[in-house]
Amino acid sequence: MIRSGTLILNAAARLLLPLQLLFSLFLLLRGHDEPGGGFIAGLVAAGAFALYLFAHGRRALRAMLKVSPRDLVAMGLLLGVLSTLPAWWLGEPFFTAQWWTIPVIDFKASTPLIFDIGVYLVVLGSVLTAITALVKTDQQDEQR
Amino acid sequence: MQLAVLGGFLVAGMAPLLHHWFGARTPLVMALLPASLALWLLAQWPTIAAGDSLLLAWAWVPGLDITLTFLIDGLAWLFAMLITVIGALVLVYAGEYLRGHRDLPRFLVVITAFMMSMLGLVLADNLVTLFVFWELTSITSYLLIGFNHTDLAARKAALQGLFVTVAGGLALLAGLVMLALAGDSWSLSELTQRGEVLREHALYTPLLICLLLGAFTKSAQFPFHFWLPNAMAAPTPVSAYLHSATMVKAGIYLLARLHPALGGTDGWVITLSLVGALTMLTGAFLAIQHTNVKKLLAYSTVMALGTLTMLLGIGSEYALIAFVIFLLAHSLYKGALFMVAGILDHETGTKDVTAMGGLRRVMPLTAGVAGIAALSLAGLPPLLGFMGKELMFESVLAAQAWRPLILLLAFTAAFLTLAVAAIVALRPFFGPLRETPRVAHEAPRAMLVGPALLAVLSLLFGLAPGGLEALVGATVAGLGAPAAEVSLSLWHGINLPLLLSLVSLLLGLATFRYWDRLRARLARLQPVTARGPEAGYEALMASIVTVAGWQTRMLQNGQLRNYLVMTLLVLVGLVGHALLFRHGLALDFALSLYFHEAVVAGLMVAGAVAACVMHSRLAAVAALGVMGFSIALTFVLFSAPDLAITQLLVETLTVILLVLVLFRLPRFATLSTPIERLRDLGVASLTGLLITLLMLSVLAGERLPRISDYMVANSQPLGHGHNIVNVILVDFRALDTLGEMFVLALAAIGVYAMLRFHAQEYDARRRTPREESEHD
Repeated sequence: MIRSGTLILNAAARLLLPLQLLFSLFLLLRGHDEPGGGFIAGLVAAGAFALYLFAHGRRALRAMLKVSPRDLVAMGLLLGVLSTLPAWWLGEPFFTAQWWTIPVIDFKASTPLIFDIGVYLVVLGSVLTAITALVKTDQQDEQR
Repeated sequence: MQLAVLGGFLVAGMAPLLHHWFGARTPLVMALLPASLALWLLAQWPTIAAGDSLLLAWAWVPGLDITLTFLIDGLAWLFAMLITVIGALVLVYAGEYLRGHRDLPRFLVVITAFMMSMLGLVLADNLVTLFVFWELTSITSYLLIGFNHTDLAARKAALQGLFVTVAGGLALLAGLVMLALAGDSWSLSELTQRGEVLREHALYTPLLICLLLGAFTKSAQFPFHFWLPNAMAAPTPVSAYLHSATMVKAGIYLLARLHPALGGTDGWVITLSLVGALTMLTGAFLAIQHTNVKKLLAYSTVMALGTLTMLLGIGSEYALIAFVIFLLAHSLYKGALFMVAGILDHETGTKDVTAMGGLRRVMPLTAGVAGIAALSLAGLPPLLGFMGKELMFESVLAAQAWRPLILLLAFTAAFLTLAVAAIVALRPFFGPLRETPRVAHEAPRAMLVGPALLAVLSLLFGLAPGGLEALVGATVAGLGAPAAEVSLSLWHGINLPLLLSLVSLLLGLATFRYWDRLRARLARLQPVTARGPEAGYEALMASIVTVAGWQTRMLQNGQLRNYLVMTLLVLVGLVGHALLFRHGLALDFALSLYFHEAVVAGLMVAGAVAACVMHSRLAAVAALGVMGFSIALTFVLFSAPDLAITQLLVETLTVILLVLVLFRLPRFATLSTPIERLRDLGVASLTGLLITLLMLSVLAGERLPRISDYMVANSQPLGHGHNIVNVILVDFRALDTLGEMFVLALAAIGVYAMLRFHAQEYDARRRTPREESEHD
């Protein structure tokens, strides 16, 4: 049973959320060289949003996310599929990794990174879909 | 070309957007795509005419020997030309036929996607690519037949077409795999060179059966012919395109393509010529029993497909030339006739030929077009159809196997077809003008241009057959008769085929004259024909449902523990068998472990045991948590930080999910009897034992080279990353990961749907309005 509104949890969730999201982005971006990656980062982000959900309720989460978690899943899948295409365009076999360096900030962009972001979104979206669906039925039962 | 075809799918997806911009003119805009492809093909003609073929190589999955290579030889060129030209005309026609229809954008999406699939199918050189496009045509055809999805009959027909062709597609897949094994290549251009090897191969008979099943279902051969007339539930442009000119010829195309590789054996010759001849007769015989103009044409298409199959079966040089001419002639006149049928339906509001009459006075142009096309269907001079029929008779007269029977079947089919042609062309247009549901008037230009062009082409090719010689020569070369002397002419002198034609003309006209009486007689046969193959299909479907219901009640009774027992037993059986009998056990292990490792392992065991014996759910969950965190600790100890982090996070999220569902569950209860618990203990111990043995024997002998060495060595140079786990996930094994992403997404949708619909049912039972109907 989710009862939101305790002061400490509320404040903690509000403060922790940006930190946790930042941490998840950090994990996502460094994943190619250090421990981390899209899957782990997605789980961390999902945990962050779950905490916020417990503290402030489903409506607050919805208002903050702007998009439905299911749309996150769809976007993740789309990114995953799109990242396979640049290789085709260059005449290389399907799914061959492509690497580009963005000049000014010296950042290495690549199709594996795009793919990893896709993984991130799918994991985040799937977990949130399951959790919000559970919370929702929960509240409906309470209202009866 | 590959980019054009793949881009075509993109254009198909953009149809709704284009419709937003161009409105009712969208079909004309979309018709530019096939039209430009046709022009490109036309530009390749000099190469094809010189007898060369174009090989456009493109690797797709080189590791699996799958390529997107396109092969354009005479045969592929002819088919591609038919697809693009008729495709463009059909789009123009459909724009008028479906003017103002609510679902026009959807129609354009699917028909363009179909067009591209069909094009890919006839151009593909690789067997896997061919199969992918083959299945795409089945799926898009399903969507097109069921276009009027509010109509129950249309949905049923669509499903029937899908089941029949996809079942054939499965057989085809098996056949293609065997073909690739026997010929040791996935490339059609190489396989056609290896006919000798293939025909001698032990797999020849099974692979031939599978391939023929695929081709026969797709091309509506007896006894699978029934789905095609039912598919006439589709809008007429679809019938004109898919079910006469293109898709149903995919099976024929496959047979023609494989003719040089597999043809000429007894099995091939007898099966194809007999099935083809039987299909001819079935089609023609069933045609004259119908008064619906589309059904009439559909059954005569079945007859034509039978003819093509039969000619491939006979397989002589002459028969192959006849095949090409008949194929071309049929595509031209049948496309035209279907479009005329659509005009009649559109303008008069009925499809019943007996309800129409005298229309030539109000729609003279349509009548003219119908007349020319029907003359070609009837096989009368000076049209291309006449040449096709003469050549057909001549080939049948020279057939090697079962000549008298085939001749009889072909002859009967020919005169019945003549009657069909007369019915379609004379009944609606001549005689006194009849009242029709809609007041008839001449069709708009956009609907006439397609059929008129096709009819004129049949006439032109018939009058000047010399122009076709190069095309027929190039195509026949692709069929395995490279040095064929092709000389075509309308007049062959007075010979046996001409006499046969004359007799069939008289018999056909007699059939037309007494058609009404004949139909009444044949109607009495209804109980017999009703027990045809379609009844078999219905019975098969019903029995599949019965079996599915039975096995669902047996195996999937809704109790999770039974599923688990079943899954684990299968695992133990299969892996255990492989381990014990295929590889043998090799146990060789020395126990050396540190104290802290022993502690972690002990914690794991304690957690597992505790979870089994606890009498409170919360305690059991906590015990499972202990186990999970101990596993994470193991990963830390053996320096796998990625796995450890993942395990920890998963454990944490599991706790969150459990908290959400925990209090909703019923009280902790003992549901199984002691014997069942013993059984479960047995299954669990067996599984544990198996996994332990598996681990030990994997560790004991390094039977296979370790794949991790490759990963470690190449992670940085190839994947540009130091984190090997991540490089494997997003680069080396990215395709697997992509698959898992889809699984995860499906699981999420499943959870969502289950909770949501369960809630809805719950609401419905309690008859309370839903408080929250907004999406979330």
